[in-house]
Amino acid sequence: MRRVARALLGSQYALMLEYRAEIALWALSGLLPFIMLALWRQAPAGAHLGLGSGGLDRYFLSAYLVRQFSVVWVVFAFEEDALLGRLSPYLLQPLHPLWRYLAAHLAEQLTRLPFAAAIAALFFVLNPGAFWLPSPGGLFLAWLATLGAFAISFLLQSLIAALCFWSEKASALERLLFVPYLFLSGLLAPLAAFPPGVRAMAQWTPFPWLINFPARLLAGLPVDAAAGFGAQLAWIALLLPAVLLLWRAGVRRYTAMGA
Amino acid sequence: MIEVEGLSKTYRVAAKQPGLAGTLRHFVHRRSREVAAVRGLSFAIDPGEMVGFLGANGAGKTTTLKMLCGLIHPSAGLVRVAGFEPRRRQRAFLQQITLVMGQKQQLIWDLPPLDSLRVNAAVYGLSDSEAQRRIDALAQMLELGEELTRPVRKLSLGQRMKAELLAALLHQPSVLFLDEPTLGLDVNAQARVRGFLAEYNRRTGATVLLTSHYMADITALCPRVLLIHQGALFHDGPLEQLAARLAPCRQVRLELAEPPTSEALAPFGELECLEGRAASLLVPRDRLTAVVAQLLARFEVLDLEVSDPPIEELIGGLFRDQPSAPSAG
Repeated sequence: MRRVARALLGSQYALMLEYRAEIALWALSGLLPFIMLALWRQAPAGAHLGLGSGGLDRYFLSAYLVRQFSVVWVVFAFEEDALLGRLSPYLLQPLHPLWRYLAAHLAEQLTRLPFAAAIAALFFVLNPGAFWLPSPGGLFLAWLATLGAFAISFLLQSLIAALCFWSEKASALERLLFVPYLFLSGLLAPLAAFPPGVRAMAQWTPFPWLINFPARLLAGLPVDAAAGFGAQLAWIALLLPAVLLLWRAGVRRYTAMGA
Repeated sequence: MIEVEGLSKTYRVAAKQPGLAGTLRHFVHRRSREVAAVRGLSFAIDPGEMVGFLGANGAGKTTTLKMLCGLIHPSAGLVRVAGFEPRRRQRAFLQQITLVMGQKQQLIWDLPPLDSLRVNAAVYGLSDSEAQRRIDALAQMLELGEELTRPVRKLSLGQRMKAELLAALLHQPSVLFLDEPTLGLDVNAQARVRGFLAEYNRRTGATVLLTSHYMADITALCPRVLLIHQGALFHDGPLEQLAARLAPCRQVRLELAEPPTSEALAPFGELECLEGRAASLLVPRDRLTAVVAQLLARFEVLDLEVSDPPIEELIGGLFRDQPSAPSAG
């Protein structure tokens, strides 16, 4: 399996480097947290978020970085492959097709790294007061939490992707999830900005664990790490078998259209 | 190596009338109908055989191939390939088969074929040295060299097809399902692919099931053909037998010293064409010898050739003569 992983990552990284200009544009297009930062700095409510001095800057920069390394597009790639018949050769090889998509995502993250680092550096140049270095332990935990966020997003989208076996345009479902993701993940505002009722409800969805939790860890803001990792593990444990089961049922219905 | 018994596949397809009214009706009350793409197919193929799979567009050839390689599940019937039930897609089964589709590609478009080959080698558990040995051997047979280091998008159609074949055969499958492997290639490239397939079959003893719209592929490679029509098996046997079955007549082409009249030729058979001194007649097989003798006695014959009508025309004629069922690919 190690050889397969190395070969897949190597080829996908080579492929992503071919698309480096596009990936740089994707990294740039994810600047929403910085726009939100500018708005929250002006808003009187920003002072009551409990983030402390400089905490707001650190939170939104962290949200940007977490988002960059947890972006998932498997449903769109899968849908296109299924419609154009590219899925068929994958299904005839002794390797689950999802491994290919996973390798493509990890390779894309590696390609994004320098662009995201450059944007973070520019942020510090423009906001020298916001500069901070996370502790090695904090950085490690934030990396783990970002990995967890990526795993949840990947599984959630894979679940929707598996619905392509029933409906050719399952990606429309993904768009349904986008609005709650935008509001409840912490990308537009830290979860602390929401009323207690909404916060309590959000805890039972996967969204706060995708941005808010890893971003707070990275920014060094107070957060219940055990509860966060526990929730991430629970969502992964719930989604993984669901994806595998739905996939197995879907493959039985596969008609190999377009191939 | 391949055993098929009573194999059937039925698809459910939406039935919608054209136009706005049809669209609205379909939106309110969605209706569908069942289309039988394959109906009760039975045949067996021995190890090492090269078998041609013929049929018009929509006859069910590709659907059958997809069921044989496990890509889609049959609606009914039994299939065993290399001792496995394809639909279960066990690892040991997938290691033994390959499917090549002329219009589809598995190579990564923006990278050189070698990158895809490395992935395939790892997926099929080949060591680096074994993979390199096989790549070298197959590349030599396919006359591929520096093309393997150029991005796939920069290769010609023929080069790309050869690279696809290399990728599909790297794990040395013992059963090859080839769906139009020479589609779109020029005559030279077609001949090279054909030569390669024959050589691969000779060297490895692989079983090959081949569909092609180019009859030259079938005549050059396949001593046996399966002809499928409207999802059912129409013929299983040598190509010549099929020709005899489809064409009770043989074609007699004549070149005479003097231009004949059509009335003079009419008693000898069905006159296909008459152009100056050249004529072509269709003569029933059982009367052939007698008719040729009479022609030689009656006319001054400069040249005479007896042949079967082209198989493409025979098969085309068969499909034109029978009402068509809904097609399924």
